[in-house]
Amino acid sequence: MTRMGANSWRSGPDARGRFGIYGGRFVAETLMPLVLELEEAYRQAREDPTFWQELEGWFRDYVGRPSPLYLAERLTEHLGGARIWFKRDELNHTGAHKINNCLGQILLARRMGKRRIIAETGAGQHGVATATVAARFGLECVIYMGEKDIERQRPNVFRMRLLGAEVRPVSSGSRTLKDAMNEALRDWVTHVDTTFYLIGSVAGPHPYPAMVRDFQAVIGREARAQILEREGRLPDLLVAAVGGGSNAMGLFHPFLDDDGVGIVAVEAAGEGIATGRHAAAMTAGRPGILHGSRSYLLQDDDGQVVEPHSISAGLDYPGIGPEHSWLKDMGRIEVSAVTDREALEAFQLCARLEGILPALEPAHALAEVIRRAPRMGRDEIIIVNICGRGDKDVYTVARALGVDL
Amino acid sequence: MTTRLERRFADLRSQRRAGLVTFLVAGDPQMASFEELLAGLPAAGADVIEIGMPFSDPMADGPTIQAGYLRAIRAGTKLRDILPAVRRFRERDSTTPVVLMGYYNPIWNYGRLQFLDDAVAAGVDGLIVVDLPPEEDEELCLPARERGLHFIRLATPTTNDRRLPTVLANTSGFLYYVSVTGITGARTPVAQQVAEATARIRRHTELPIAVGFGIREPEQAAEIARFADAVVVGSALVELVARHLDDDGHPTPAMVPAVLDKVRALASAVAGARP
Repeated sequence: MTRMGANSWRSGPDARGRFGIYGGRFVAETLMPLVLELEEAYRQAREDPTFWQELEGWFRDYVGRPSPLYLAERLTEHLGGARIWFKRDELNHTGAHKINNCLGQILLARRMGKRRIIAETGAGQHGVATATVAARFGLECVIYMGEKDIERQRPNVFRMRLLGAEVRPVSSGSRTLKDAMNEALRDWVTHVDTTFYLIGSVAGPHPYPAMVRDFQAVIGREARAQILEREGRLPDLLVAAVGGGSNAMGLFHPFLDDDGVGIVAVEAAGEGIATGRHAAAMTAGRPGILHGSRSYLLQDDDGQVVEPHSISAGLDYPGIGPEHSWLKDMGRIEVSAVTDREALEAFQLCARLEGILPALEPAHALAEVIRRAPRMGRDEIIIVNICGRGDKDVYTVARALGVDL
Repeated sequence: MTTRLERRFADLRSQRRAGLVTFLVAGDPQMASFEELLAGLPAAGADVIEIGMPFSDPMADGPTIQAGYLRAIRAGTKLRDILPAVRRFRERDSTTPVVLMGYYNPIWNYGRLQFLDDAVAAGVDGLIVVDLPPEEDEELCLPARERGLHFIRLATPTTNDRRLPTVLANTSGFLYYVSVTGITGARTPVAQQVAEATARIRRHTELPIAVGFGIREPEQAAEIARFADAVVVGSALVELVARHLDDDGHPTPAMVPAVLDKVRALASAVAGARP
């Protein structure tokens, strides 16, 4: 069942960092030596068993892995179809999947002798996870965050400051995640000698998309072993939300060569695809180049990047990781889109039926599950990635529901 | 066949002086005023004209040029409007080299080979595409060279002796040395360090070296002009555009003279820099 070598979906990227036409290294010359240095450092770390042993130790003792695979019985009963399993990465330390990648990269930064960590953040989950590992390893930490995101994710801003990070507001462009990433790249160009750029998603120039995927793939490896143990077979469907796409790629990648496993990546349709106010790059965008790689991108007829919109700050990004674009074009993954309103309904349903407040990002994945599970048989199995917890979103949800806190 | 850029640098060499490269954003704050500036640049002393192609997410540019790009985009400037502006300039001026500088996505979106053909037809001499390092030469650099367009590469303080041959491999016209690590317009280069860097680069190439990023004033430009083949000034000019806007963002009548005066001052400092 599992394919090998050239027939595998899991062999990318190639030596140039390409997944088909996607990916690559579209960065300024100032950064190129750093990108090559990082690629070499990661290649060495990747081949070093002690690197992975150390990372697994941190996963176990600091993050609390493995995260449980939980049968959402009441949601399953309510929808009346497929059995729904939650991969509970919201139970990780710091409340989201982001910490998996941050630990991997901080161990690499330490091997490379870097003393200063920078990162971009949208919802603030990656910023919090970065500030957390920087605190734990005693490294200086600067987080770039769009002013609009600072406004809607105040609790996370305070958490980052408590963890000793400097949060720098970004006022350029749409004042969200893409602009925070521009600003982080400008910082990196300026402080090349000392600084490690800890990218939070499967985006950016090679080797980031592959490296972040490798660190997040722990999600899918665990889920695969857990579902085999609990159900005695592989799932029929995997569902995960995609902004940049790291939680989704982490879940999907270990299953890519399992032919019978269907895969859906759920984008943010915002106020609806037809309104133009959304963040659904693969649904409504065209291939383009942003932040170091080629991938689907929301852009106008002149190639200017369009400002995305989603109620979920973590999905409010005009691009998508290049490997997702490739898998979509090759037909290995299906892409769907869910509106703000559908995500809010899923958020509330999950809270009431399962006693779990999901983050607004996985609420998008849950909305897709709500659509599909009733149409599937009771003997079929869905795994949905609950990649973050919803505490950070209660103010946003309250406002959307017209409640004054 | 020698190109306009090669002739220009050969002339500068025979005159034993450095050249001035000016950078302005196409369509900033609108196409009409930009074309007026463009037309005035050669007489004011610009030896090579660099034109910024607006992009919404210019990751190597500082706040000044970011703002210029945004003004141009808001005024409706599109890549397909820039090439006709170059053609109109070329109808009046057949000797001043024009180099387009920008980011890859608008070019990719336009259709990269179509863009190259249209650029050649409009009279463009070279391209600088910030986010296309040598590792991505197949995208645009090689097809540009096939069409006789110079593909001008940036070398930076992080480009060491091991990396330089890679950077130089498909570069032609001139080499653009970025005098500081960082974004445009932010830091001031230290002349001594830049002198050492250009000397190091000359051991690897015969190409003329233009130095830019952070050079704002005539005195600074003159200092760099003592050892560089050309000095690039961008943010300081774009800032002058920004300073001469009315409340609606339209250029005031003083804008064009102010920018051209600055170009004249820079040009005379650069031309007189060497003893």
